[in-house]
Amino acid sequence: MFFHIIGTHLCCRPKFKNMHDSKCYHCGDSCDRQSISFDEKLFCCSGCKTVYEIFASNDLSHYYDIQAAAGSTPKSIKGKYDFLDNAEIIEKLTEFNDGSIQIINLYIPNIHCSSCIWILENLNKLNPHVTNSQVDFPKKMIRITYRHDQFSLKNLVLLLANIGYEPYISLDDFEGKKKGIDRSLIYKLGVAGFAFGNVMFLSFPDYFDLGSSAATGGEFWLNKYQHIFRWLMFIFSLPVVFYAGWDYFVSAYKGLRAKLLNIDVPIALGILVLFLRSTFEIAFHLGSGFFDSLTGLVFFLLLGKFFQQRTYSFLSFERDYKSYFPIAITKLNSDGKEETVPVQKIKKGDRILIRNEEMIPVDGTLVCGNAQIDYSFVSGESEPVNKDAGELIFAGGKQLNGVIEMIALKSVSQSYLTQLWGNSIFKTDKSTSFQNLTDSIGKRFTISVLSIALVATTFWLFYDPSKAMNVFTAVLIIACPCAIALASPFTLGNMLRIFGKKKFYIKNTQTIEQLAKIDTAIFDKTGTITTTQKSTAHYEGMPLTAEEESILKNTIRASNHPLSRSLYDLLKEQNIITLDEYEEHIGKGLESSKDNINMKIGSANFVGKARTEDQLDTSIYISSNNAYKGRYVFQNQYREGVSSVFRQMSEMLSLAILSGDNEGEKERLEGLLPKLTPLYFNQKPETKLEFIKSLQEQGKKVLMVGDGLNDAGALAQSEVGIAISENINVFSPACDAILDASKFQQLYSYIIASKKAVRIIKMSFVLSLLYNCVGLYFAITGQLEPVIAAILMPLSSISIVVFTTIMTNRIGRKLQ
Amino acid sequence: MSVIYVLLAISIFVAVIFFIAFIVSVKSGQYDDSYTPSVRMLFEDELVTTKKSSTKEFKEKKTN
Repeated sequence: MFFHIIGTHLCCRPKFKNMHDSKCYHCGDSCDRQSISFDEKLFCCSGCKTVYEIFASNDLSHYYDIQAAAGSTPKSIKGKYDFLDNAEIIEKLTEFNDGSIQIINLYIPNIHCSSCIWILENLNKLNPHVTNSQVDFPKKMIRITYRHDQFSLKNLVLLLANIGYEPYISLDDFEGKKKGIDRSLIYKLGVAGFAFGNVMFLSFPDYFDLGSSAATGGEFWLNKYQHIFRWLMFIFSLPVVFYAGWDYFVSAYKGLRAKLLNIDVPIALGILVLFLRSTFEIAFHLGSGFFDSLTGLVFFLLLGKFFQQRTYSFLSFERDYKSYFPIAITKLNSDGKEETVPVQKIKKGDRILIRNEEMIPVDGTLVCGNAQIDYSFVSGESEPVNKDAGELIFAGGKQLNGVIEMIALKSVSQSYLTQLWGNSIFKTDKSTSFQNLTDSIGKRFTISVLSIALVATTFWLFYDPSKAMNVFTAVLIIACPCAIALASPFTLGNMLRIFGKKKFYIKNTQTIEQLAKIDTAIFDKTGTITTTQKSTAHYEGMPLTAEEESILKNTIRASNHPLSRSLYDLLKEQNIITLDEYEEHIGKGLESSKDNINMKIGSANFVGKARTEDQLDTSIYISSNNAYKGRYVFQNQYREGVSSVFRQMSEMLSLAILSGDNEGEKERLEGLLPKLTPLYFNQKPETKLEFIKSLQEQGKKVLMVGDGLNDAGALAQSEVGIAISENINVFSPACDAILDASKFQQLYSYIIASKKAVRIIKMSFVLSLLYNCVGLYFAITGQLEPVIAAILMPLSSISIVVFTTIMTNRIGRKLQ
Repeated sequence: MSVIYVLLAISIFVAVIFFIAFIVSVKSGQYDDSYTPSVRMLFEDELVTTKKSSTKEFKEKKTN
């Protein structure tokens, strides 16, 4: 072995502190605490080194050439994937499973660069039983084909985990139906575009009047073959009307049955009239018909739909607890044997084994083990909670500290957290109850178009009955609200993209309209307006001597506990010294000694301090030679600019804080927020939901900003639920939009921007109504030629698209 | 002037070929992931490693 561990004995390490070469060759993390040198390269831990070894020995070290320090540290996963031996579970997870071949789609959250694609698509070099692997980078999915008679799914997952690409397998994969990809819109767009181009082409003779009789200067031969051109156009328009545009008929029919005049009613009417009149015209040699306008109309409408459909494939807005929960769990039978069972089969009274880094799936009591539970998925609070045997532990927490045993008190679906999903709000679709801007003008529009058509027809019936029918259909054709139907998709679709670039990811365009109407904003506290990193602390107690400070810093240097890491960064620089003794008591604290000074650093009990003070804060206690010295108290750190965001928002919205925490931070919050902002503490997930509901009953439009699973109910109930996320690849609860935490300060300007976007839509409506008035003039006076319709319709559509694009980009430029 | 029939037939035939090509490409999933292939196409050469056995393999591949 030609590598060695450079531990505490290397006194010169601090010199390298700010130099680039102290970065881990594999993952790019700083190697300040510990470093391993191997093959003339530095690694921050043995995990990273092992991955490098695997790659290097398989000729895959090119991985590091594509992108430097692209890797990630593999986590310990011993026993975690034992459930993958279960044939029933394998059957449900795999896409294809027969005698020797299995195909599986795995979600790997860690896929982040081109190196990842390269290494994952070369899996067969690492194991010859993998026959094919293909990465879908935007979705962070990998599709692997492998021979499972020699290489089981469990081995595959372990292989991936060992090279730092641990797949994420949750209850959702197990229960969720395998969804097919819906490509119908692309097909429809293709059909409409194909027909549109060809029909335009075939209409040229008519545009240039070449087909009129030879006597008036037309080309004889085009005149003669006119009917072929026209019937070909008819054939091309058939799939457009009956396939590509069919959704509009369905939607209009549904609307009418529900006694709603949505915007699809005049559109469907327009398409139908265009088709019937054109067919009638060519059948009786009256004219060339409006097939060009018809196909163009459907093409543009579908283009709008396509543009609106911006999905963030790497994000999911539909997560419930199933996306967080494991598929199977280790159950201890009465005879002490371990057995892997699917989580749904856990019954009250079962004895369960929870390993390090595993999720607790049910409420229960702790039997034995050092429980240190991270409830950050649930509450957003990153600080793990210590539990002793006999105490209650709740579903949704993640065990951080070795193995524990617990007894289930409830089944999975009846646990405190999961029963929230029994609420009916999770079964209702928000989009059905909301009438968007376009549909709300659809009613007035349809009524006025129909009345104009009737008045004009009545007039012509008396004046020149032969033209009456002509005028009636012309009005319906020209008034077809193509431009109106395009205004909203293009404005909001573009806004969606602009917001996406600013790291504000919105589920659909409707959410922007909803956001523009908000008058009340409710915030969760922990994790939403506070950061999850605890980066401020103050010291309380007797001052430490210089030696003690030096020992303190050197002791916590070696610890990987999140609090030690934060404290390490806060303490001032010390020379690296070699400790005489060092021991980490897991779940309790650290003990070290040097030159007759013995220090204990950790929990109150560990250092021998009675827990008398209020336990609202998170602290690290310190004792020296068994005498209590003092403690470092960590504080919730509020996001930068919380104060100013709230001040701005309070001018226009009514605000409130709903926190699941105790009142420990009440005074600080009152100082930070505008006066008289209502603060509610100790709120349970259900009470949060009820609170939003009661506001809505008062007619308020509520925006909920939260982050944890405990906000899931409130996020679903509110008009717009925004989840704040420090890292958008990490899970966030079901919501309408995900906001990157770094952009929290911009929240208010985003709300203003969506209000402006709605104003742009209204302006486009006015613009398109002007086009309609021009068109109606031709229609009512009975002069609507196909060529006028063919010019007017694309012209109005394109100018609306250009207008909305320019205007939304102007908004986007002002956003930060 | 029946040449017009021939011309129309040819033009529509060509258009339909492209249309079918489009449908086939959508169906095969080419539009599902528009990002990864752009990265993947740059890798092809880099699969070659300096190890003797694999260069031999590569040569064989190339001659195919």
